[in-house]
Amino acid sequence: MPEPKYGLIATFATTAEIYHAAEAVRDAGYRNWDCITPMPVHGLDGAMGVRRSIVPRISLAGGITGFCTGMSMIFYMNGFDYRLTVGGKPFFSPLYAFPVSYELTILFTAFATIGGMFFLNGLTKLYHPVLKYENIRRGMDDLFFLVIEASDPRFHAINTRALLEEIGGRDITELEA
Amino acid sequence: MAHAEPAVPAILADVKPAVLPRPALVENHRSFAWITEKICGIVEGKTPVWWWWCFAVACFIACFTVAGISYAVAVGIGVWGHRTPVNWGWPIVNFVFWIGIGHAGTLISAILCLLRQKWRTSINRAAEAMTIFAVVCAGIFPVFHVGRVWYAWFLFPLPNSNYIWPQFRSPLEWDVFAVSTYGTVSVLFWYVGMIPDLATLRDRFASVGKKFRARLYGFFAMGWRGSARGWSNYEMAYLILAGIATPLVLSVHTIVSFDFAVSLIPGWHTTIFPPYFVAGAIFSGFGMVLTLMLPLRAIYKLEDLITQYHIDCMCKITLATGSMVGYAYAMEFFIAWYSANPYEGFTFINRAFGPYAWAYWIMISCNVITPQLFWFKSVRRNTTLVWVLSLFVNLGMWFERFVIICTSLTRDFLPSSWGYFSPTVVDIFTFFGTFGVFSVLFLLFIRFLPVMAIAELKAVTPQADPHAGAGHS
Repeated sequence: MPEPKYGLIATFATTAEIYHAAEAVRDAGYRNWDCITPMPVHGLDGAMGVRRSIVPRISLAGGITGFCTGMSMIFYMNGFDYRLTVGGKPFFSPLYAFPVSYELTILFTAFATIGGMFFLNGLTKLYHPVLKYENIRRGMDDLFFLVIEASDPRFHAINTRALLEEIGGRDITELEA
Repeated sequence: MAHAEPAVPAILADVKPAVLPRPALVENHRSFAWITEKICGIVEGKTPVWWWWCFAVACFIACFTVAGISYAVAVGIGVWGHRTPVNWGWPIVNFVFWIGIGHAGTLISAILCLLRQKWRTSINRAAEAMTIFAVVCAGIFPVFHVGRVWYAWFLFPLPNSNYIWPQFRSPLEWDVFAVSTYGTVSVLFWYVGMIPDLATLRDRFASVGKKFRARLYGFFAMGWRGSARGWSNYEMAYLILAGIATPLVLSVHTIVSFDFAVSLIPGWHTTIFPPYFVAGAIFSGFGMVLTLMLPLRAIYKLEDLITQYHIDCMCKITLATGSMVGYAYAMEFFIAWYSANPYEGFTFINRAFGPYAWAYWIMISCNVITPQLFWFKSVRRNTTLVWVLSLFVNLGMWFERFVIICTSLTRDFLPSSWGYFSPTVVDIFTFFGTFGVFSVLFLLFIRFLPVMAIAELKAVTPQADPHAGAGHS
């Protein structure tokens, strides 16, 4: 059998099947592999051994940037560049600057969160080898897939296929790169 | 990371509590494929005749706003009913009305997400769309209310020829940031929630060979494939968005209420305004969600997805927030008396028995009495009646803003400066037309975008649970 170029894909019919298959592949020590599911399956990331997402860190950075932007913008505009006397109050106070800074915190956090998610997921993705697999379209409908990449150090054309068969994978197919 | 099983108290073995079945969120044991087919079928099918009729009527109504605004811009805002002392009349009433309607969408998508209320999944997409379109309608009013709309950009901190920056002590300036952040974050939240469903539509169009539509939806789906590693980041991002949209929605209407509460006008200068405005906003928003979702459910036969349980939940939230609003009305009256401030006391007597008493009693009957009917199961089960009551909620909340703004401004401190506000035809046209603007946008949404969160709906079905009946330990 020739070495497949991208990897092997197997089909599963239910969430329980893909869940247990993911546990088995994780325990077999594979690293470069993924599941394709039409919706987030509860606990599947745990079954795959995927670590907690780092999106929150990016969000936090965005939030801090937003808050500092708000405070410094208002300080520059009302307290430094063109001082406005309003009711004899101090030119700058963090209290009156707070509401706008608060809104900017949220705005920047939202952009950072979404930008971070896009970046971590590699979106926008124009092409992916699994797209050549005809049935993959049902991966956003009602079927579940498990893909093990050939780049994985443990990948072996025969053994990996045997593993996928053993854990209940159907229609095991080689994917072109 | 495996999820730890919660510790089971030992007593449960002895008392054997009855297992109460949770209401099904998707009825009749529908499969994943059925859900996909049902929601995508709305977008993929031929445009129904009723849609064209509704669209034509909505476009016609929207023309009233275009006409009203064009005339006001061409001639000047003297064509409105504003006269001293009421310089904040009609447009600000409409602004607060529309922005309040939007809040239920964010409540459903964000706050109920954090509270793990899974019933939100079948209504959140449409409710978020409603939020965005309501913000669009709301935004029209303050922008044109500035008088010379071509200077509206002065609201933003951009360098201008006068070398003056905005004055950030003003709640009106806070409002600019609150509302524009709210609009932006609502769009982002809506869009991110829609990416997996757009990918579903892309794949379905591609499999039937409709290349153009597959590309169009594919462009916005950004190459989403349903990868589990992707879902992990996606779910985290969605949770964070819900987490930040919650304080956002509360802050937006708090800041809107500051527009009033920070002034010294009797009837406005009260600390109850922020919570009272937020409760009112959610109340009116749920009224609008019911107004929109019940016809949608009937037309597209979505009874398995928007079940009686969903309607019950929405009615109960309307009841809860309506009761809060009723409490706030009572408390305002009490504080007006308790404060011993003659102006404050007069304002409230004047609201209930003065020249705008008719508006006040419309407000009370729609907002305080109407929602109390939702205590009765028979009312909540009568879909037509619920829909009619939701219209009263919308009406009542518009009158609430009218009462707050107009009664306080028409009679403040000096009787010599008292007046009476009446809208002009231009005012009425402009407001009436916004219902058309809203409807045009909403009709386009139900025609071209998935009206329900397909992926999220699948996730709340029993078969989505990998541990259901599989004996997984």
